[in-house]
Amino acid sequence: MTPLAKLLEAALFASARPISTDDLIGLDSDASPAGVAAALEEIREHYDTDGHGVELVQVGDGWQILTRPEYTEAIERAQLASRPQRLSGAALETLAIIAYRQPIGRSEVEEIRGVGAGSILKSLQERGLIDVVGRGEGLGRPLLYGTTSLFLEHFALRHLDELPRADELAVALRQAPQSL
Amino acid sequence: MTVDQNELDSAAVQPEAPEAETLGDNATHAEDASSDSPISDQVAEPAVVNASAVAKTSIVPADRGSSGEDPPAFVVELPEFSGPLDLLLSLIRDEQVDIYDIPIARIAKQFLERIHSMKLDTAAEYLELAARLVRIKAQLLLPRPEGLEGWEDPRAELVRRLLEYQQVKEVVDVLERLSDERRNRFSRTYVQPRREVEDVEQEDVPLVMSLRELFAAVDRVLKQAKKPLIHDVVPRSLDVDGAITAIRAILTLRANARWGDVVESDAEPWQILSVLLALLELAKRGELKIVQSQPFASVEFSGDTVSEAA
Repeated sequence: MTPLAKLLEAALFASARPISTDDLIGLDSDASPAGVAAALEEIREHYDTDGHGVELVQVGDGWQILTRPEYTEAIERAQLASRPQRLSGAALETLAIIAYRQPIGRSEVEEIRGVGAGSILKSLQERGLIDVVGRGEGLGRPLLYGTTSLFLEHFALRHLDELPRADELAVALRQAPQSL
Repeated sequence: MTVDQNELDSAAVQPEAPEAETLGDNATHAEDASSDSPISDQVAEPAVVNASAVAKTSIVPADRGSSGEDPPAFVVELPEFSGPLDLLLSLIRDEQVDIYDIPIARIAKQFLERIHSMKLDTAAEYLELAARLVRIKAQLLLPRPEGLEGWEDPRAELVRRLLEYQQVKEVVDVLERLSDERRNRFSRTYVQPRREVEDVEQEDVPLVMSLRELFAAVDRVLKQAKKPLIHDVVPRSLDVDGAITAIRAILTLRANARWGDVVESDAEPWQILSVLLALLELAKRGELKIVQSQPFASVEFSGDTVSEAA
């Protein structure tokens, strides 16, 4: 591996969180964006072809070394690490709505889901998956919520565009009667 | 698509639908015909096709055979509905009806039975949707002029919400899959040690704070703040009987009196209330009359037997 690739690998290994591309470029004053991109590709290929138990994954606007899924069971059985709790259906619904409609206020979330959303919004905010991104113009200047970079990390997304577009969803393909 | 075929569809789906339901349904069939609904080429089992198109995300429908049988005795499997719309969607799926042509009466009945059996009938959100269904049914039953252009199917708003919610469920499936994939990979779990407070001060970093953190900080400060001195309020019961005696005494001396005659200027609230209640009580018993000559004028009262003030 090139020296730059080794440097990046060391940094990625040391960090518990994904490292943004900008920070990776900043590691070496001589490094160019193209050079870092090539080095990252080199690491990835190295892991893939040589058959490592970890791989390089792009999440959010950063990069992270993650273990491969096939070893999850064994690692968890030995209690070396444990998978995070799954989000409840209600929490996922709320996240889905916010991801597509952000910035969005509580009342709109509640209208779409048909149930109160206060406590779910609070717990999602505490988990750092959403945050207040502003205030609405409406009555009482309601808090508006949006997804965070942790949201992207949680779902291993590079950006929100990776979610299916609204018109790609099966329901949207159905032509609604004119009166609707 | 012909109207005949539509009727065939709805007959297949809802053989026991009441007469009134078909009245309501016919209007929407005309609307259906204008759209390129995928059911048009599916004569054999239109309902099934519809349901699966709408409910792509569903678990494979249990073998319910042909639709329209008696609603089964409830196998309460409690699949944790995340809201009334979720429950309604699942009913529509189970019953294999067209989401654009919901037999409201039947679905409403099922909905109510379901929330009863799931002991959800105390949950306001479920009741609200139940009430909405009943309202839609009532609107469908109202007679309307033939060929009225402006008429909108009362179910339209519900259908819009259901479709929107269905979209959300689809996204949830995507998110669930993504999150499971991510959960199956571990990252390094090194936790950065907390920096000493002095460090932060020396670096002179600008204060970055989210609104939530600010609220939490305010909460902490308020918790430390000295509790305001609260003095006990001794509850004083009203003395209506005493006030009645006093008013009677005054009325034996003079024909009529004013509010100011029976309430002292430094009276406490309980005394004022007692007099007020006493006056009303006496007026009710017919012992006195309360008169106000014009708005905002002072109130006078007089012994009823004398009735001079009238």
